[in-house]
Amino acid sequence: MTRTYLQSLQQGLGRIMEADPAVHVIGEDIVDPYGGAFKVTKGLSTSYPDRVWSTPISEGSIVGLSAGMACRGVPVIVEIMFGDFVTLCADQVVNHISKFQAMYGAGLEMPLVIRAPMGGGRGYGPTHSQSLERLFFGLPHLQIVAPCQFHDPGKELERALATKKPTLFIEHKLLYPADVGEASSNLSISPPTDASIGAATMVRNFSGTTPDITIVAYGGAALLVQTVLERMVAEEVKVAACFPIDLQLLDMDRVLEECRASRRVLVVEEGWRSFGWGSEVVAVLQEALWHELEAPVRRVGAAPTVIPAAREMEKAMLPSVESIEQALIETLS
Amino acid sequence: MFDSELALYLKMYTIRRTEETLLSLIGQGRIAGTVHTCLGQEACAAGVVGVLNPARDIVVSNHRNHGHFLAFTDDVEGLVAEVMGRRTGVGKGVGGSQHLHAKNFFSSGVQGGMMPFALGMALAEKVNATGGVTTVMIGDGTFGEGVVYESMNIAAKWEAPLLIAVEANGFAQSTPTDVQHAGDLSSRASTFGIPSTVVDGNDVLAVHEIAASIVDEVRTTQTPRFLLLNTYRLGPHSKGDDERTAAELEAHSGADPLRRSRDRIAIELEEQVALSERAVDDRIEHAVEAAEHAEPWSYGSFLREATGLGEAVE
Repeated sequence: MTRTYLQSLQQGLGRIMEADPAVHVIGEDIVDPYGGAFKVTKGLSTSYPDRVWSTPISEGSIVGLSAGMACRGVPVIVEIMFGDFVTLCADQVVNHISKFQAMYGAGLEMPLVIRAPMGGGRGYGPTHSQSLERLFFGLPHLQIVAPCQFHDPGKELERALATKKPTLFIEHKLLYPADVGEASSNLSISPPTDASIGAATMVRNFSGTTPDITIVAYGGAALLVQTVLERMVAEEVKVAACFPIDLQLLDMDRVLEECRASRRVLVVEEGWRSFGWGSEVVAVLQEALWHELEAPVRRVGAAPTVIPAAREMEKAMLPSVESIEQALIETLS
Repeated sequence: MFDSELALYLKMYTIRRTEETLLSLIGQGRIAGTVHTCLGQEACAAGVVGVLNPARDIVVSNHRNHGHFLAFTDDVEGLVAEVMGRRTGVGKGVGGSQHLHAKNFFSSGVQGGMMPFALGMALAEKVNATGGVTTVMIGDGTFGEGVVYESMNIAAKWEAPLLIAVEANGFAQSTPTDVQHAGDLSSRASTFGIPSTVVDGNDVLAVHEIAASIVDEVRTTQTPRFLLLNTYRLGPHSKGDDERTAAELEAHSGADPLRRSRDRIAIELEEQVALSERAVDDRIEHAVEAAEHAEPWSYGSFLREATGLGEAVE
């Protein structure tokens, strides 16, 4: 049965609320009939009126108070309306939430998930289109989970909350209408055998053992990569794609396996290319595969400027199918 | 009456002597980092925190937190060892002076940053119907931080059982309060509809009496309250950084809550006071000695024990 990314999240939230009567969901404009800016909580406050709380526009306080509740046995999923607004709770995340367990002792449980819709492609302009998860990359003791359409985001939400560790949960806005776990018959999806957080899902556009090239990407960039995979079938280019889900842990085992086989690698992210997630992936790849690579590992990311509202300019500034294909051809040649 | 004030006085005396000892250890180079002492503000700690029930109430504090910690836990040994960076410290030497946690006590060092955390804990206690009161201790300087206002708004709107206790000590580090804040600090919370009270924060009996009744109100009404304690920081902001003149400090010496309290009880209990003070002195001395001889930490055991992250990080 086909489900969209949005439906998967809604169902996951429903299962979480039903399974544990202590869980609360908090955020701006999340109650019915509005149901949240992206409708992820649609219907939830009708089913659970006492446990879904709509808040004032106070990201710092609502994220901080969610952490306080979580530390006292009330698990919380808190929504940041647009991921760009994580800057308003950055002190809470950096100086407080990510510190508490290591600073106060690991016995402190914190079932807290901060959901943040990120990404561009919808013409919202410079302050409503960014991929600001990058601000938190490398911050110890904060999980960053970013499911793409090849994962099951509702299940990942359940899993993140169950770790009882603070988690930043990234949902690319363009993913909401995408079907999850589905692909054309040209593609084969191989979910992680180990279902723990951090393992990557692999997708191939060929059968057999040796890919020509491996693409590593996460979140919304997976939509572009999926199109590239499908288009490369006709070109007879065998592409293996790896989609890690926990952006901090970078469990690279399966990724390295594919990269070792293909010997050519491309890393794609929607955020600004410099100093990004891709830079870290490249660093890990060169440490592990220095003598095995046939070509320099290329990165595709956004240009270092604001995200324009105008459709054509935004498209040119962010990674696109065309820019990924261009980099792919260059890496293969 | 003298007996009950003696207990409060000894709480204050324990705080004062412990912090003076810590300052002296810093001077001797035996402590890494710094301490922010509450010399002169002990009546706020003893009077407010002293009325809480450690078994079910929660205290959230700030960088200037030793007094609150001692009034709540009476763990002189754990504090001294913590500030001296020992494994036997209350936070195993990870948090140090301004990041303390023991049972229901939590402190951290970023101004105003703990307000929402305290608010959330108060809301959780309400959801769980524990009857616990959460008290967040902030200073007058903290009113420069926006998240404080966000949190007061939500505390009022959502009726959190939260006591916001403000130690107005006259300074934010080196900047006098009247140089930086517009308006009247005592009405900061009443604009959100939170009932507010002002008290002489240097009179431990007055603080104790008012705090007891306000905490009771928070507990029974399950709504927030605001208490502004007028006090004066007699010591430096941190370590020995103090640009105030001797004359200025002398002018405020009459405000010393210990002197005021001791003068009152010594009329009847002079001998008992002196004996009890010596017992406190001995206790602190032993705490320093025990910390000094505590087994040293290793990095590997820090990763395993303090963070529980040993293998993932190593």
